[in-house]
Amino acid sequence: MERLIQTLVDGVATGSLYGALALAVVLIFRTSGIVNFAQGEMAMFSTFVAWGLLEAGLPVGLAILATLGLSLLGGMVIERVLMRPFEGGDHLTLAIVTLGLFILVNSGAGWIWGFENRSFPSIFPDDTIGVGGVDVPLESVGIVVLLLAVVGVLYLFFQRTKLGLALRAVSVNPESSRLSGISVGRTLMVGWGIAALVGALAGALIAPRLFLDVNFMGGVLIYSFAAATLGGFDSPLGAIVGGWIIGVTEDLATTYVDFIGSDLKILVPLVIILVVLLVRPAGLFGTREVTRV
Amino acid sequence: MTGDRRLKLGGFAVVLVIALALPFLFGAYQVGQFTLVLCYAIAVLGLNLLVGYGGLISLGHGAFFALGAYTSAILIDKADVAPLATVPVAAAVCFAAGLLLGLPALRIRGLYLALVTLAVAIAVPQLIKRFDALTGGTQGLNVPRPTTPSWVPLADDQFLYFLTLAFAIVMFVLAANLVRGRIGRALAAMRESEAAAKATGVNLARLKTGAFAVSALYAGVGGSLYVFSIGFVAPESFTLTISFAFLAAVVVGGLGTIGGAIFGALFIEFVPVYASDVNEALAGVIYGAVLIAFMFALRDGVMGLLRQIAQALTTKEGRDERETAVRLAGGDRRRGAAPSGGMRA
Repeated sequence: MERLIQTLVDGVATGSLYGALALAVVLIFRTSGIVNFAQGEMAMFSTFVAWGLLEAGLPVGLAILATLGLSLLGGMVIERVLMRPFEGGDHLTLAIVTLGLFILVNSGAGWIWGFENRSFPSIFPDDTIGVGGVDVPLESVGIVVLLLAVVGVLYLFFQRTKLGLALRAVSVNPESSRLSGISVGRTLMVGWGIAALVGALAGALIAPRLFLDVNFMGGVLIYSFAAATLGGFDSPLGAIVGGWIIGVTEDLATTYVDFIGSDLKILVPLVIILVVLLVRPAGLFGTREVTRV
Repeated sequence: MTGDRRLKLGGFAVVLVIALALPFLFGAYQVGQFTLVLCYAIAVLGLNLLVGYGGLISLGHGAFFALGAYTSAILIDKADVAPLATVPVAAAVCFAAGLLLGLPALRIRGLYLALVTLAVAIAVPQLIKRFDALTGGTQGLNVPRPTTPSWVPLADDQFLYFLTLAFAIVMFVLAANLVRGRIGRALAAMRESEAAAKATGVNLARLKTGAFAVSALYAGVGGSLYVFSIGFVAPESFTLTISFAFLAAVVVGGLGTIGGAIFGALFIEFVPVYASDVNEALAGVIYGAVLIAFMFALRDGVMGLLRQIAQALTTKEGRDERETAVRLAGGDRRRGAAPSGGMRA
């Protein structure tokens, strides 16, 4: 029983991180209709920047804050320079461009920082708190609380600010938004910046649980895609809930199903993606795609 | 015979002559490299049928390449099957696997296929390691290569090259016929507009699943021949990198072309060899930059460039046509400029 509760709590914490990256993917998909395959690698790059700042002597909290700011800018620059010329292009072109970015960022980080493993410190104290007789790591609780706070802030941003309104308008209808005076390009740029920031936060929180190397976000990206597919690709709430379900399923499967173990846990998101696409392609919270002819 | 068709046959003849001469002009090591180029070219061609002609993006092509390679390797190593006999088996196994994965085809619209295949590509090395009783795990499998029959007056590397070339020619001719006929037109219709294709009677589910399975079959044949030429399989050869390399090769050669596969395969065989001298990350940087740069400036790849050059050079009509086209396009742009510019501002 104790093992089950610990597995569940850990699953929710891991799932929150998948959810955070899924949220970044969903933010871009909602505003520009692009699945950004490079989201995980952008987060990896940000985490390496944070690591570099740590090495330079900054305290961990400050290093991460500075990285979030830099990631916001970086995301905006990527949108302006790489994505803007292809705005409204067919999805094959857009997918190839973001894949190119995936490979470019991955290899670029390898060139700059090398391919060896590094450890990355957690911002949470290495302690546990007792909940109903079970020792729960403070880190897990911290991650869940922090992520919920991020979702809350994003919700307020989208619902209560003019920029948030513009982002929602562009995601519904770019043409009409443009006609009512919204600068679509600049709005998309902000969307990419915010997504890069959320992704960077996810990277900095995941890195202490894994090792930091250029490929550490590759697996996480697949879990996030599974979370986004399960939750519905255009639903931020779905991304978080999907992340929790994926995280818990993964931990339960690796703990209780011997056949899967730690080798085959990558099959968990694959099977979930396939089942969701077969049974309910719009996901749990997504809107069904309607094609106009 | 139209000018375009004459040009294509001419190009095919030139490539064939070069391909036949290569093993007599280079040393054993280089001939081995060219043999690998042919293996990759077959796999890249299969991916191009799916991506370039059908507009469906797959990031898991390396998975089928691995499946073909391991099918051959295991049959040769564990069951003592003659190497050549394993090629059709590998093709059939990959075709079946492609059908199975392509079954949710109606659901797999647009980018979802990319997601599913990306997950498959990441899972493959793990799967190979997990079933180590069969696959040899991380150690890999050493596979005896096909032996040169005594009546063939060729060195081993030359024989292997011509063997692979024979398969490549068959696969290329089959693909060229496939895209020229009814199926090619249906694929193009689907790529341009699924709704319109459906309305004109194309069975989308069958076409997608079929295209996916055929592209997997090509990867399987390529993978099987790859084992002959390397003589060894290990999970490290089939990571995500090879799937990305295949996609880069498709883009470099030219989306929706047959001959482009050769240029793409040359690119992914020789670029990493020279790039790794500078930095082990350089090949990846080049792949990524090339994918983006070609989408910017050279969307039809090397083949598109060659076609333009050939048309401009070979025929007077081609030259005139091009000039007219340029004039018309320029005129259209001028006429259309005012209203659309007004809308945008």
